[in-house]
Amino acid sequence: MTDAAASPQIFRDSPHDRPPQLAWYASRLAIYGMLILWTVICLFPIYWTITTSFKMAPDVMKGNMVPWWDYTPKWLGWRSLGLSPDTITTESTVRAEFLGRFLNSTIISLTSSGLAVVLGSLAAYGLSRFSYRFGYMRNADISFFFLSQLILPPVVLALPFLVLYKELALLDTRIGLILLYTLTVLPIVIWIMRDQFAGIPAELEEAALVDGLSIWGAFATIILPIALPGMAAAFILSLVLTWNEYFFAALLTSTYSNTLPVMVASQTGSQGISWWSMAALSFAAILPLVIIGIVMERYIIKGMAAGAVK
Amino acid sequence: MVFGRAIVWGSAALLVGIAAAQTLDRTGTLDLGFANWRPTLYAYVLWAGCLCWGQVLVRGEQGKRALFVLPAVLFVVSLVVFPLIFGLIIAFSDWNLSSPTGRKFNGLDNLRQMWADPFYWNALRNMIWYMLAIIVEYAIAFGLALLLNSQIRARKFFRVAFLMPLMLSPVAVSWMIGKSMLEPRFGPLARLARFFGVENPSFFESPEMARLVIMALDAWTYIPFMMIMILAGLQAIPKEVQEASRVDGATAWRGFWEVTFPLMLPVSITAILIRIIFKLKLADIIINVTSGGPGGATDSVTSFIFREYRDRSNVGYGTMLAMVYLLLIVIFMTVLMKLVDRWMRPQY
Repeated sequence: MTDAAASPQIFRDSPHDRPPQLAWYASRLAIYGMLILWTVICLFPIYWTITTSFKMAPDVMKGNMVPWWDYTPKWLGWRSLGLSPDTITTESTVRAEFLGRFLNSTIISLTSSGLAVVLGSLAAYGLSRFSYRFGYMRNADISFFFLSQLILPPVVLALPFLVLYKELALLDTRIGLILLYTLTVLPIVIWIMRDQFAGIPAELEEAALVDGLSIWGAFATIILPIALPGMAAAFILSLVLTWNEYFFAALLTSTYSNTLPVMVASQTGSQGISWWSMAALSFAAILPLVIIGIVMERYIIKGMAAGAVK
Repeated sequence: MVFGRAIVWGSAALLVGIAAAQTLDRTGTLDLGFANWRPTLYAYVLWAGCLCWGQVLVRGEQGKRALFVLPAVLFVVSLVVFPLIFGLIIAFSDWNLSSPTGRKFNGLDNLRQMWADPFYWNALRNMIWYMLAIIVEYAIAFGLALLLNSQIRARKFFRVAFLMPLMLSPVAVSWMIGKSMLEPRFGPLARLARFFGVENPSFFESPEMARLVIMALDAWTYIPFMMIMILAGLQAIPKEVQEASRVDGATAWRGFWEVTFPLMLPVSITAILIRIIFKLKLADIIINVTSGGPGGATDSVTSFIFREYRDRSNVGYGTMLAMVYLLLIVIFMTVLMKLVDRWMRPQY
């Protein structure tokens, strides 16, 4: 651009086409300023939680922020969880509880996301390829039936489920939560996967069918590998939602199958919170998803963008 | 073929049989000693399995096709439709789980109680405030998406950083920000407020302030969600369109309002609709930060019903409130979608 401006020109740029140096730098500065401002807004709470988990009471009172600069990090918070280097080998009831909740959360979120992806992908594939009639319901109606579940607020289901689960002896079990969580993320999975399958040309399976594969064979060998990234996106998005779910877990579990959010919430309620141990607990609860967010960012964005553009 | 029909009807008969036996057992006509309704559940699962298998046996190729959708349909129907019907029964009864009297049908009493319950109406009014906050969230999300879409370095870093709040559990966020950063004495945000000259920063004393803080917390978690949808939309706009508008002499400002923004309308509407749906479920943060206070100023419908059950174990009344809420949502969403549909149509 600058070359063109320096050389003798026939066509003169209009004033705002010429590279206006000062304005350009100003706009750069503004853009990066806003970007950095929002980054701070997004990341500061996480930073605050990490640093607080290494603080002692006076550090919290004085509002020290930077470790090794204005306070010396101590393992206080992590010791109360039984996860500091000196307590990691010894017996700890808090750690046992924490690990139990962690395991519950892991099992419940992985299983329900897996189940939702399997059920949802099959349904989405069927809906994108074949035409059905269940009574008066056609494909569009069935799709709408699935997606309309999104509108259903959890409160509506919560109390009936509470009573039903009591009768079925499913209260405070992992299975009970898994079933509900699968239900809540299923519409989202179908939403994403429908979009994925619609993008795969139907000629692919037609060729496979001519070659003598069955419908399910063609689905498993041809379509599945192509749709795998989409399924990963749906799976990870479901994982995020189910890992963080609090409402159903708070209502339907009490002692055995509590998830991590319930544990965090129960500590928050108690008076005289010790900041460092709450910070350690919160940070331990969000850490898995922070890692997933950093490593799998591509899939999460792909999943969320799936429904947007079309 | 015959075998297929046989297993479907056989398992159905088994299901009906067990359910009938359990009902008799429950009403006391027969004493079979069932501890819970698990046997009926197992019979139901068996029937569902047989139904799927039977499809293939009876209808062959058509059945194999139906098998793609059938499991999901069965799953959703049994987990939504059945509890909803059950919920309707509960909604019209006086049922306090902690009282020994059990369930009593009480007709429209719950509705009458709801009509006179100022806190429920208050919660509904709050939901309108929370809904209006979406406009601001949308504006911020759009701005951030534009920033990410401009020519910048380290785009991936900023994208990951901006995505982070969405990954955090609302409960942890409630503690990290709501309880600790906003703590009036030592919280960093309180210090910041004092630095800017606020005498006694308190975030949850006045109703308006508390509501604003809850809105901000919720916005903080969900802005990335809208931002990413809008960003996807921005990236799908061909570059030529914007270049063409520049060649025609439009300033960046006019180019945005007359080219980019109209092109983004469909994506924006999808993002806002989904955001509204998520907003209608807002509860976790409220339950954990303010538990509805001060004086119900921050209550959402969900958090209100949650406490109605937690504090009073009032299942019947709570379910009625939830059902009314569902009804309102369905009406609201239908009207909204109709309006959007009508408004969008001339564009195509």
